[in-house]
Amino acid sequence: MTDIAGAAAPVFRLDVTSDAAKRRIRKRYAAEARFKAYGLAALGVTTLFVGALIFDIIRNGIPAFTQHSLTMDVAVPADFVPADKRSDPLAIRGADYFPVTRDALKAAIPGIESRRGERTLTRLLSTGAPGVLRDRLLADPDLIGKTVKVPLLLSDDADLYFKGSGTPIIKRSGIGTATPSGTTGEITILTSANDFAAEVVSIKQAAKEKADGQAIEAARLTTFGGQSVAQRVSEINAEIAALRARVDSPKVEEVLDGKLPSKLVEINGGLVKLTKLTDVSVAGEVLLPLSSTDDAKPGDWKVITYATPESNRKVSDQEVAFLERFREKGMVDRHFNTLFFTSGDSREPELAGIRSALIGSALTLFVTLALCLPIGVLAAVYLEEFAPKNRITDLIEVNINNLAAVPSIVFGLLGLAVFLNFFNFPRSAPVVGGLVLALLVLPTIIIASRAALKAVPPSIKEAALGVGASHQQAVFHHVLPLAMPGIMTGTIIGMAHALGETAPLLMIGMVAFIVDVPTALTDAATVLPVQIYLWSDLPEVAFKLKTAGAIMVLLGFLFLMNGAAIYLRKKFERRW
Amino acid sequence: MINNRKLTATITVAVAGIVASTAIAAARDQIRIVGSSTVYPFTTAVAEQFGKSGAGKTPVVESTGTGGGMKLFCAGVGIGHPDMTNASRAIKKGEFEDCQKNGVKDIVEIKVGIDGLVLAQSKAGTPLKLNIEHVFLALAEQVPGADGKLVANPHTNWSDIDKSLPNTKIEVLGPPPTSGTRDSFHELYMEVGAKKIAALKDMQKADPKGFEKLWKSLRKDGAFVEAGENDNVIVQKLEANRNAVGIFGYSFLEENHAKLRGASINGVEPDYDTISGGKFPGARPLFFYVKKQHVGVIPGIAEFAAEYVSAKAMSQDGYLARKGLVALPKAEAEKVAASVKAMKPLTAADVK
Repeated sequence: MTDIAGAAAPVFRLDVTSDAAKRRIRKRYAAEARFKAYGLAALGVTTLFVGALIFDIIRNGIPAFTQHSLTMDVAVPADFVPADKRSDPLAIRGADYFPVTRDALKAAIPGIESRRGERTLTRLLSTGAPGVLRDRLLADPDLIGKTVKVPLLLSDDADLYFKGSGTPIIKRSGIGTATPSGTTGEITILTSANDFAAEVVSIKQAAKEKADGQAIEAARLTTFGGQSVAQRVSEINAEIAALRARVDSPKVEEVLDGKLPSKLVEINGGLVKLTKLTDVSVAGEVLLPLSSTDDAKPGDWKVITYATPESNRKVSDQEVAFLERFREKGMVDRHFNTLFFTSGDSREPELAGIRSALIGSALTLFVTLALCLPIGVLAAVYLEEFAPKNRITDLIEVNINNLAAVPSIVFGLLGLAVFLNFFNFPRSAPVVGGLVLALLVLPTIIIASRAALKAVPPSIKEAALGVGASHQQAVFHHVLPLAMPGIMTGTIIGMAHALGETAPLLMIGMVAFIVDVPTALTDAATVLPVQIYLWSDLPEVAFKLKTAGAIMVLLGFLFLMNGAAIYLRKKFERRW
Repeated sequence: MINNRKLTATITVAVAGIVASTAIAAARDQIRIVGSSTVYPFTTAVAEQFGKSGAGKTPVVESTGTGGGMKLFCAGVGIGHPDMTNASRAIKKGEFEDCQKNGVKDIVEIKVGIDGLVLAQSKAGTPLKLNIEHVFLALAEQVPGADGKLVANPHTNWSDIDKSLPNTKIEVLGPPPTSGTRDSFHELYMEVGAKKIAALKDMQKADPKGFEKLWKSLRKDGAFVEAGENDNVIVQKLEANRNAVGIFGYSFLEENHAKLRGASINGVEPDYDTISGGKFPGARPLFFYVKKQHVGVIPGIAEFAAEYVSAKAMSQDGYLARKGLVALPKAEAEKVAASVKAMKPLTAADVK
């Protein structure tokens, strides 16, 4: 003891001003700042991913909500539907609208005589284009024999062209006086100045670049040697020789093909696609007929470049020419895509809509809700309030929790085996979909409801019992109403889960092409997420936009449902 | 107690509704079609036209895959079973026997057109000019080594197989085994390619089973990637990776020709004419099968089949051609149209 007493007694001082203490404090603050930074970073990364996803979907999806039509004067001939049958809607419905719309198109762009040109022109319109005209005539049969102004729906490719998947167009005025040799077919145009020198040079430049590229490839291949290589190399060398000869040739006629940007000449109200050109003359094919073979003065005619080569885009030069002409005439009209919400599925992207899928989802969810809300809540009430605590109820509880984690495809297999094969329910029916999804969300609802019931303080029930209520009265009059907000939240989240589910529906035949809007629980139907899946697998590019559009609608519904859940919780939540 | 009554009422209504709705299921006036996702885009187009023409309700077309469709189709006769199935390959012997066993006796086979199974890549990549044995050597799990014995596939770059091929990594995206397209790929490319390799000639004769296993096994070291049933996913991946090669149907190549290019096989470029003319090695016929016992029971089946093979749909200018289906040569198309009229069922001898 004396030893210790002799030594300086350990002084326990909390010297906050000492350097060590300051260091410690700095360290603590730094740790806290770091933790905050980690949290922010985690949040940032998630937001970034979600943001990128949503941005991509919206960027792709927004164009799906608009559509382009051609507003045209359609002359409906008096004998379109005989006068005595005009009161019969079936006669108007069954009439052949194709010639009428074709004639309207031909009137808008006169002078297209070739069968090929005519076919290209008519294919710019959707096969569903006459729908509006038909509705107009059905509403007012007196229009037959008159000229009607109606918007005619464009086909998916034409629609995409106006949505920006076309080609940049560069125009410049001609310098010399140009003289065309004809008004249709293959013609030549002579100019008094070196108008096309720049084009010839740029084509030679492209050829030279290609030759250089091939030379590198040939050099690479020759280093390997071998017979198959030798053959390929000689092919390439021949190609290079041809290209170089073209570049060096003093004869300046150049040939344009689909792999180079398209060159056109706009002259005398017509459009000529160039196929061969020299400095002062060009030859080409007339896309839009010229009004005359008169000389065009400098500045009155134009050289046009479609910068994207024809082989690299979906619309041909002829189609671009037609579409641009329609645009110049102010006939192209952009409007909200109501069809997207009012029609069922279709194989024509411009006609496809989500109506049948939406109704299918609504019917399916109705069945799901009608089944799993009462069953789920009652099961929760029984397990929480009435069931004895023993092995069996423990086992049930474990099983319910397990069920919540079972992959959803398993419920589909169960549905197939039980509802379709055993009970002989119809395939693809919302009632079966609803049953399967009810099985899927039931555990979620039971678990959420039990948690909500457990959160009601026991004092409430005890008070009710104390004033003489029966156990059942205490639960149903007091505990259950107070637990309702929590139960509702759980149910809505379960429903949102069911709304987004596709896997179990595959087995029971709801992954299907449904055109007719279902009207009963046993009609063939599909649901919104399945519609998205089906569209995403189709080759047409326009369906990509439709897919994103449908995703936006689905996300909108999920957002609304989850929003409602949060609102209910906030509004009715009680803190004890 | 009020709450209690309400709840009981809800349950009763729900149960009653479901019971009532099962009673409706006794009759069906709508054609049901199942099967291949490759044929789905074409069959749905016909279904839509059929519905629009007013000949009957628009048929319901499910996309289940060829194998899944056959299973459903062969499960039995009656309104609970589908009337037709799409297939991206001909019916197999086992499936035919399964059908017979379950009472599906009369099956009519209809060839609807041709699809080219193509290998495609981004236009930004070096053009691939393949011979069919190159495909086998690139993708088989085992290939003959220098001494002729089988070794695990050592090729990492295309140029390892043949020096004339580009010096880029072998990276091929293709369909999963559940897909009919995958079966076709094995038969059209891997089997034909394997038969062309001199070192495998003896094995083909001595050990046909081992040989079959050889061309049915794709490598699992990452050179072949199963990209799922969705061909658009493969298209997107090709756009992003200029060295990758994708396996899918010609309609996807045609629809995306602005960005993708088909690899030539044995010097033949995949295009409409080479596929239609049978010159392109990857051409395969597409089918649909009709349950003859349902004709007359479910309204519209014969009319639907007739619509499918009509010139309006199936010819070179037909609407199916615009959807990417390659039309049958004229003589064959006429034969198919005639056989649809006659509704001649398949016999065991027709099935391989």
